[in-house]
Amino acid sequence: MITVQACLDGLLLGILFALIAYGMALQWGVMNIINIAQGDLVILGGYIAYFMYLYGIHPAWGVIVSPIIMYFIGVGIYKLVINKVVDRDLFISILATFGISILFMQLMNFAFGADVVLANSGYGTTMLFDNNVTLPNSKIFSAVISIVFAIGLVIYMKKSKLGRAIRATAQNSRAAKILGVDTEKVYAATFGINAALCGVAGALISITFTIHPYMGLPYTIRSFMIVIVAGLGNLPGVAMSGMGLGVFEEFADYILGTEFRIGAVFLLLVLILVYRRFKLSRKREYLK
Amino acid sequence: MSKNILLYSAILIFGLVAPFVFPAFKVQLSILCVLIVLATTWNIQGGEMGYNTFGNILFYGLGMYLCASVQVGMFFPLAEWTESGGEKTFVHTPAQFFQGMAVGLVVAAVVPTIVAGLIGYAILGLRGHYFAICTLGLGVAAGEISGGIEIIGAGQGFTTPPFPEVGGLEARGEFFYFLSFGALILTFVAVRAIYSTRFRLILNAIRDNEDKAEAMGIETMKYKIIGWMVSAFFCGLAGGIMGGLVGYIDSTDVAFDGREMGVFMVLMAILGGKGTLWGPVIGATVFHIFKEGFWTFFLGWQYVALGVLIVVIVIYFPEGIMGWLREKYPEKFGEVIDEKDRKAQVELK
Repeated sequence: MITVQACLDGLLLGILFALIAYGMALQWGVMNIINIAQGDLVILGGYIAYFMYLYGIHPAWGVIVSPIIMYFIGVGIYKLVINKVVDRDLFISILATFGISILFMQLMNFAFGADVVLANSGYGTTMLFDNNVTLPNSKIFSAVISIVFAIGLVIYMKKSKLGRAIRATAQNSRAAKILGVDTEKVYAATFGINAALCGVAGALISITFTIHPYMGLPYTIRSFMIVIVAGLGNLPGVAMSGMGLGVFEEFADYILGTEFRIGAVFLLLVLILVYRRFKLSRKREYLK
Repeated sequence: MSKNILLYSAILIFGLVAPFVFPAFKVQLSILCVLIVLATTWNIQGGEMGYNTFGNILFYGLGMYLCASVQVGMFFPLAEWTESGGEKTFVHTPAQFFQGMAVGLVVAAVVPTIVAGLIGYAILGLRGHYFAICTLGLGVAAGEISGGIEIIGAGQGFTTPPFPEVGGLEARGEFFYFLSFGALILTFVAVRAIYSTRFRLILNAIRDNEDKAEAMGIETMKYKIIGWMVSAFFCGLAGGIMGGLVGYIDSTDVAFDGREMGVFMVLMAILGGKGTLWGPVIGATVFHIFKEGFWTFFLGWQYVALGVLIVVIVIYFPEGIMGWLREKYPEKFGEVIDEKDRKAQVELK
């Protein structure tokens, strides 16, 4: 029964990871930037929902409010910092976003305190298999909302004008510029959409799990891992590898113990990278 | 050449008399020495070889734990020591303390070197940002895992053996100062010697274009691993000294502190100027003075200041102090300048 429990928990958790990873894949593909502050944006989004909960509004509304606020925060970060590192060495962007990450972490620590918090949605739990498997309804809710947002975004990217401009910029930013796409605006919008996705995911995480100012980095690493396993621009792959990671994590939690959970995630990242490196080096290639 | 000898002897004399002239700053100066060692070794990787790593903290923390464990484990059962926590039931005699420290430092330097060789073979095939994120993952994983191991104190930390009561009140500070100053001299001399050989050229070739370097017949993998092993050696040594100096080891806050020391070493090297011998030294000194001078004003806000500092340095000052000086006074760096050409360029702007 523990197996079923872990699998279900992992799958529902993995859908959330996939949503964050989709944001990362989007801005990685378009701007060629790895955003270490991704996880901190998620946590910030979570705190927005948590504050709505504190002020008596049902936290589920955070799913709508948080992305709107986060979009503007994302555009603000882009205008202040990211637009200066877009075309530069990748390490510069990693380090700059690492700085943003530290900054956010500490500001959130000051603003919201260092306590582990969660926004109680009061959705209750569903019992399955003769009460052997507990399934909080909030997890099902978060999975459904994640899927809705992901599908909505895919349609938006396919159909809308901005979506087309973003895809064109991702393919070839210079050509897009020549053809009249304002790439600066596209970059800002991309970063904003990424932050908004993080906001949705954060709001859902604050409902289903817990948030804490210092919990950002593992989310960044998870989404990075999902993206490198699935590849850029491969949405079904992102969903699959996200769920796989979720299941892996739940099993690591049961088998190794909770204190090694984060360590297992980071080690898995190293193992995946090493595995790919050895596989590619047979053909004398390397990860690009 | 004579100018260099003067400079080096001035620094050496300053270093030797500093603890007696500024007795209040002994601990600060020892930390500065450790920081310079870390920045210099990071520079071998990040500056000369172009492999930007967040993972050197792994060797630093490993050295710290190893040195303390060996120092305790040579004479007393390690598990009971960590279990008793602050209330010591075992006391090191002076001879035991110094023997333990000596053996501990050797182990702290050698084991990370071997670890670097093994890990390096696996992950130095990654390039660019994959390498950076992979090493970031390694550092955090090491912190999380060491925080779960009982014998080295798990979450509650590990108190290193206290300094034995010999030679008065000032003895502890002086001992650790000269230890870290010695490590600094050793590192600097070794790195300087390495940089004057063909090895540095190979590392630079790897940084500039690894595929071409390989095509020219350089076994890049071998040199990358050797380069990383050199940094690991001195990182481990620095970690061992720092463990004794701080007196208390915690898995994520002291040893594998990616948020502090792990970023500091990158930042110091970039601030001073990547890919130069003196850059990290200057960068570490400036950074340490800034940190100690202003940290107290930002009390509680130091991480906010650190985040802003990282962003500002990286965006507006990526060449560092040495890079800026080089831009300003190229003649001093042995670059020949055509004055007419230089003026013409200035006019164009």
